[in-house]
Order: sequence, then C-alpha cells, then structure tokens
Amino acid sequence: MSLEAAIAAHSFGLGARPGEVEAAGSAPRDWLMSQLSRPVPQPRPFSGDAFRSGGELAAGFLKLRKMQKDPTALLAAFKTHAQSYVREMGARFAVGFSTKQPFAERLVWFWSNHFAVSAQNPRAIAVAGAFEREAIRPNISGKFEDMLLAAVRHPAMQLYLDNAQSIGPHSLAGRIVNRGLNENLGRELMELHTLGVDGGYTQDDVVALAKLLTGWSIDPDGGGRNGFRYYPIRHEPGDIVLRGKTYPSGEDGGIAALKDLAHDPATARHIARKFAVHFIADEPPKESVARLEAVFNSTGGNLMALAEAAVNDPLAWKAGKKMRSPVEYVTAAYRLMNWPHGGDIDQQLKGAMAAARLMGQFPLAAPSPKGWPDSSESWSGPDAILNRIQWAREVGNRLPDSFDPLALAEASMGPLLQSDTHTAMTKAASAGEAVALLLCSPEFQRR
Amino acid sequence: MMLTRRSLLATATAAGAMNMWDAPLKMAFANVPTEQRFVVVILRGALDGLAAVPAHGDPDYASVRGDLALQKTGNHPLLDLNGQFGLHPSLSGMKAMWDAKELTVLHNIGSAYHDRSHFDAQNILESGGKGPHVLSDGWLNRALKPMGLADGEGALAVASTPPLILDGKAKATSWMPAALPEPDAAFLARVRALYKHDATLASALDRAIATEAKAAAAMDDTPKSGMDMRMRAGYGDVTPLFSGAGTLLANAGGPRVAVLDVGGWDTHVNEGAGDGQLARRLRALDQGLVALKASLGPMWGKTAVLAVTEFGRTVAPNGSQGTDHGTAGAAFLLGGAVAGGAVMADWVGLKPAALQDGRDLPVRTDMRALFKAVLGDHMRVASRELEATIFPDSAEVLPLKGLFRA
Repeated sequence: MSLEAAIAAHSFGLGARPGEVEAAGSAPRDWLMSQLSRPVPQPRPFSGDAFRSGGELAAGFLKLRKMQKDPTALLAAFKTHAQSYVREMGARFAVGFSTKQPFAERLVWFWSNHFAVSAQNPRAIAVAGAFEREAIRPNISGKFEDMLLAAVRHPAMQLYLDNAQSIGPHSLAGRIVNRGLNENLGRELMELHTLGVDGGYTQDDVVALAKLLTGWSIDPDGGGRNGFRYYPIRHEPGDIVLRGKTYPSGEDGGIAALKDLAHDPATARHIARKFAVHFIADEPPKESVARLEAVFNSTGGNLMALAEAAVNDPLAWKAGKKMRSPVEYVTAAYRLMNWPHGGDIDQQLKGAMAAARLMGQFPLAAPSPKGWPDSSESWSGPDAILNRIQWAREVGNRLPDSFDPLALAEASMGPLLQSDTHTAMTKAASAGEAVALLLCSPEFQRR
Repeated sequence: MMLTRRSLLATATAAGAMNMWDAPLKMAFANVPTEQRFVVVILRGALDGLAAVPAHGDPDYASVRGDLALQKTGNHPLLDLNGQFGLHPSLSGMKAMWDAKELTVLHNIGSAYHDRSHFDAQNILESGGKGPHVLSDGWLNRALKPMGLADGEGALAVASTPPLILDGKAKATSWMPAALPEPDAAFLARVRALYKHDATLASALDRAIATEAKAAAAMDDTPKSGMDMRMRAGYGDVTPLFSGAGTLLANAGGPRVAVLDVGGWDTHVNEGAGDGQLARRLRALDQGLVALKASLGPMWGKTAVLAVTEFGRTVAPNGSQGTDHGTAGAAFLLGGAVAGGAVMADWVGLKPAALQDGRDLPVRTDMRALFKAVLGDHMRVASRELEATIFPDSAEVLPLKGLFRA
C-alpha cells in the first residue's frame, strides 16, 4: 500500500473507508481530481419529506414574525425549524461517512465555512442547511465569482448578515419607513469573503458596499430567484463610489461590485492563504501560497484549478500536519468502522452529532461569521483532547469482539500507522479497546 | 475499588512524563502561588456600551439613542449609578455589587484600533499588542510566569481549548463540565503512553487530568449533570460555567486565573432597550457573575473580575433598530478586592462633533491601562515585566490608579 494513497485518503479526504486506500491506488492525484468532475452528492433524508428549498424555508421563517402575539405557537414553530436543521445535519454527516468523493466533500466543508452562515443565530437556523445545498455544493468546481454571488444572494446569508432588512436611506422605502442601512454584510463580505481585513478598504467603502446591496432581500413567498428578490424601492439611488470606482444605482451595480471584488488580487491572496492553511499546514510554506495565488489570479478564480494546484503541490503530501477538527475526527472514525450500518441508522447519526457537539464543533453553526477556526491549536486544548479520549473509549465499549482491529487499522491507515500504536493495539484487552486506542493515537487525531 | 479519572493523578501522570523522584525537589523550589484571584470575561461580539451603561444624564442621550434609549421609569427602568450613568435594567446583580462598592464601571474605553473588524479587535484585546497580529501570544499568558502560575494548572480557560489571551509559551489548562463517563485509569495510561513522542497531546492530556481531578473533588461532577450543564450553556445559560470556574478558583490547590467567553453581543438587528434580545443576554451575564461570586465564597474578597469587549457600537441606532460596529465601549471591574463605586469615564458628550467619525464613542482610555493596573496592583506583577514583556511598546499607556482596596 502506498504512502501517497494513504495521504490522499486522510489529508485530502475524510479518512479512509474500508477499501478506499486501494481505490486511491497508484494514481492518488487522479483519484482526487476525478472526484471533482462529478456532481457532489446532496444530503438526502433517510425517511420522511425531502429537504425544502432555501426560498421556502426562509419564507416560512419570515412568517414567524406574524406569530409574535402567540408565544406558544411561535416557540413550537421555531422548534420545527430547529428540528429540520438537525435532521438535515444528520444527513450531512451521513454524506461525509459514506461518500466516495471525500475530497469533494472536504471542499464543500471548506467553502461553506468560508462563507459561514451559522445556525447559532436563530435567524439562520431554518436556512443554514439549504445554504450549503444550494449555494456551495453546486459551485465547488466552478468560478469563485459564481459561488460568491450564490452565497451573498442566498436567503440564509441575507438573513444571517442582516442585509434582508437593509434599506437605502434615500430610497423610496427609506423615506417612508423608520428603517435604513445595515452595514453588517457589506463589512463581512470584504473582510471575510473576499479581500481580507488588510485587503484595502475603508469604513466609507463598507457603507458604499452596504448601499450597493440595498434592495437585495428575500421573497416573502419563497419565489423569486431561489428565494432571492431585488426590491428597487429599497435601493439607495444615485452613483456609489466603492474603492475609488463608481458603480451605477440598481441591482447591476451591486453585481458588478461583487464581480470586481471576486477578481481583486487581494481576494486571490486571501483565498490562497486560507486554502493552504486548510490543506497544507497551519503555517503554510510561502511558495505554496504563492502558487495557489498565481493560479487563482491567472484562471480568474477557477476553483477546480485551485484544488488541482493544491493536489499538485509536493509540500501538501505530508501526513499529520493538522489536527482533525471535531467534525473531521468523528467522520474519520465512522468511516474507519464503516458506520452507520445495520441497526438504527438514525440513532447512529444522532450519536455522531452529539459527539461532534461535545467536542466543540457542529456543522454550519460557527460562533461567528468568520467560521470555525482552522488551526491545530484550536482543537487541541486539554478539555478537547480528554473529550476525544472519552468518546473513543465509549465507541470501543460498544464494539463487538467479532472483528479484527489490526486488519482494520492496517487497511485504513496503511503506512501511517505508527509502531507504538500497533504494539499497544496488540496488547489491548479487547477488540473494542484496540479500536479506541487507534482513535486516540496521534496519527489518527491528525490528518 | 473502581478506578476513576479522579484517582488518576497518581497513576497516569506519574507513569507518563513525570519522574516521581523529581516531585519533592520541584515543590521545594516552587514559588508559593499567589492567593489573589483574577477572572477575565471576554464579551465576544462587541457589547453596546451605551446599552449596558446608559449615559442617561447626558442632555443628548435620549434623542441620539432614539428607540434604544433606556427609560428611568416604566416597566424596565434603568438602574441609576450616579445621576449621570446607570446600568441596564438586566444588571441587577451588578447593581448590588455597585452598592457594596465592589464594582467599577469604565466608559469610553477601547484600543488604539479603529477599523471595526471583530476579529482584528479581538486579536488586539487578547494579544495586548498595539495593532492586530503584532503579537502572536496572549497578554495573560505572558503574565503567567511573572505571577508564578506557568506550571499548566495555575490558569484555567473555561472552554475546550484556551483562547488566544491564554495561549502562548506558558501552559494553561482548559475545562468544561464533563459529559461522558470517565475512562478507566489503565486505558488512560495506555493512551498517555502513545503520546510519549507527541509533546502537544501529552501536555494537553496531563493538564486535563489534573484539572478534572480538582473539579471532581470540588463539585458533584456526575456525567449526567455535566451533560446538562453543557447543554444549558449551549442554550445561553452561562451560570454553570461561571459557578464551575468559581468552584475551581476557590480551591486552595486550584487555578488562580480563569478566562470565560460569553458571546451574543453582535446586535445589528432589533437590539431592544429595557427588554428584548440584548436585555436577555445581559441578564445571563449578570446571573453568571452572581453565580461566580457565590461559588468563590470567601475567596471573593481576593478576587478581581474584568469583563471586556473588543469594541463598542454606534451611538445611534442603525437602519434595523440595532447598532453597527463602533469604537469605544464600556468595561467592568468587579470583585471583593476592587475599590468600587465609581464610573471612570473621560466623558466628552454625545454631540456628533465629539464622536469618533461622527458616529462612535471615542476611545479616551486604552484598555491596556486597565489590564496593567489589574496585573500590577492586584496580581502584583512587577512593572518592568508589564512594560518589557506583557505589554511591549506601551510606555505611553499608564496604568489606572486606585482601582483596588489597600
């Protein structure tokens, strides 16, 4: 078994499922890139209704406002939204556990964390799942500007960063109602999504971009363009100057501004570094960042080309550079054991969700618009490590004695398995304890 | 007898890194740790200082705050402090501390950074640098060695992983209420052995076991209640985290310094005034601080608690009945060691010409002046350490005076 195949499965993928390292085989780069030429799987419910569109969900959420006078009904309706979010996250975990395109799934997770909307904010809980389904998954191999536009226009982002209710002070609506500009999305769009905090913009630019985005909102009936609707009467009239360039009033002005931001060299620099931090190292080599940046610039933000540049970077092919985040860790463990299978699948998914939450992370629920942190340090505090060990032991306790943990370890980890771990596993009192030791080992906690 | 994680100190840790024969020698040379306690509460997300500490005596307050202005009468009257400033109606526990002269309120406080990014501003708040990302470790971490608390157990983060303020060369521990059963000692010892070539994991596990042993000794730490405490914290009730921290700090062998995070302050929409979103969040903070005081017991008398945020918010409401990112805000210093009962604000009024960029409270006190005062006067850190290593490049920022009881 080749070292590179194991690295492909663990460092670029989600941890190897049985047989996966063989599948990566002798051409692991091709195995990775071929995953991006097929559509990424969508989370699907195991039972019950299909997941609803972001437009429908946002419209349903907006209707809650009319229930203010009946707190019991409001709470019940809100609970329904929260439950459907959790149900969808279960299906999202299931994709991670079973996908044969684990590199594509990693890219989905990377980008939905880059354009973070968070279910920790009650306004986003109904639509967070739909956001990833609709704005991120279809765009991971496309152009950055398309993903940016899809993300910004999605009802989830409009609600999460408060743009849905931002109104141009001089617009028709602004002159009638006691509401006005909200600069939250304008700021985070430049700071987090595109240019980066040092990318060259001022407070005046924040206000200008917020004005350009006035009128961008949500269709109250779930119609419009995937739930997005542009309201001309809320749009700030007149030319607007953003970073020295004048944009016309109207929806097109905002679109043009977003496209310019997507193609700005500062954006290329910001994205290249984040990408390298995710796939290469917490402190990525300068030459790796420079290569990614050059590819982003020269291809006009082609995300397939960006992924390929990371795959072709020789410095990325080193195992154990990063601590797995809790969601990555639980996913790798489930893939190792080929879970969920048999029995109560729903219960097994709930177990995975509880574990990730306990370890301090949950999908699409970051503490801020910056998303979940992406450094080893963030996931290796004392309490965090102890939680993993406790969980691993519990997992081991539930395993039957009827399988061969060493065969499992060798098939999944291959040459990544350390001799100390191997020795400890051979001395373990039970198959379950041996698996628990593997899950606790340094090489399994890292990727 | 069933071995539990509680009884592990003697087995797993000793079996791991430490040479047992070393221990008495180390203890003989160790500094006797300070008796003072210091807690930092980071209010992440930018607390609206004028909501927490209304300047109700300012002639422009009511007009400039509009619907967000707190009222002196009605269902949710603000809690007057000195005729000029008050506390938000949700902060009744803090008002009691004010009445007991255990609370100092600071206004128009902030950093030299005025660019309104949460994340850069939090970096400055926690690193203690002049600008974002100038320093790569936390100021409280740099202070641990001078305080004699750098052994990995003197400082506690109530979190899975210590945040930047406690991150750096000195070791700190982290703790959250336990949610899963304790693995048996033999298993932990085997895991510990796997980490012998991995300093990061080995050190994290050693610290976790030591802290957990103290927590288990100090509180009824059944897994069920731990899970319940975690879930409650997840739903916004922070009292279990505060009382857990207080219990650990009250322990003679426990940490002396603790850091807690309370989020949920980024009120861009429908902030509310006497009641509403922000009022609920402030009530949770207030209840947390009251729980901290209760759990510290007699140690409260030796305690200083600092509650700080990365920046304040716009003076006027934005277009969505909320507030956008601003500049200066409010901070709180409380505890039995604090000479409280004063509002420290170099108040310049609320007229547009007096405001930063015509919209925000201007910074009149650098928060490092407050940090230096707490470390110097309360935790007895020498001023040469404060200037040279903890807050380099801050000679112009003089520590505030008279914040503590003699």
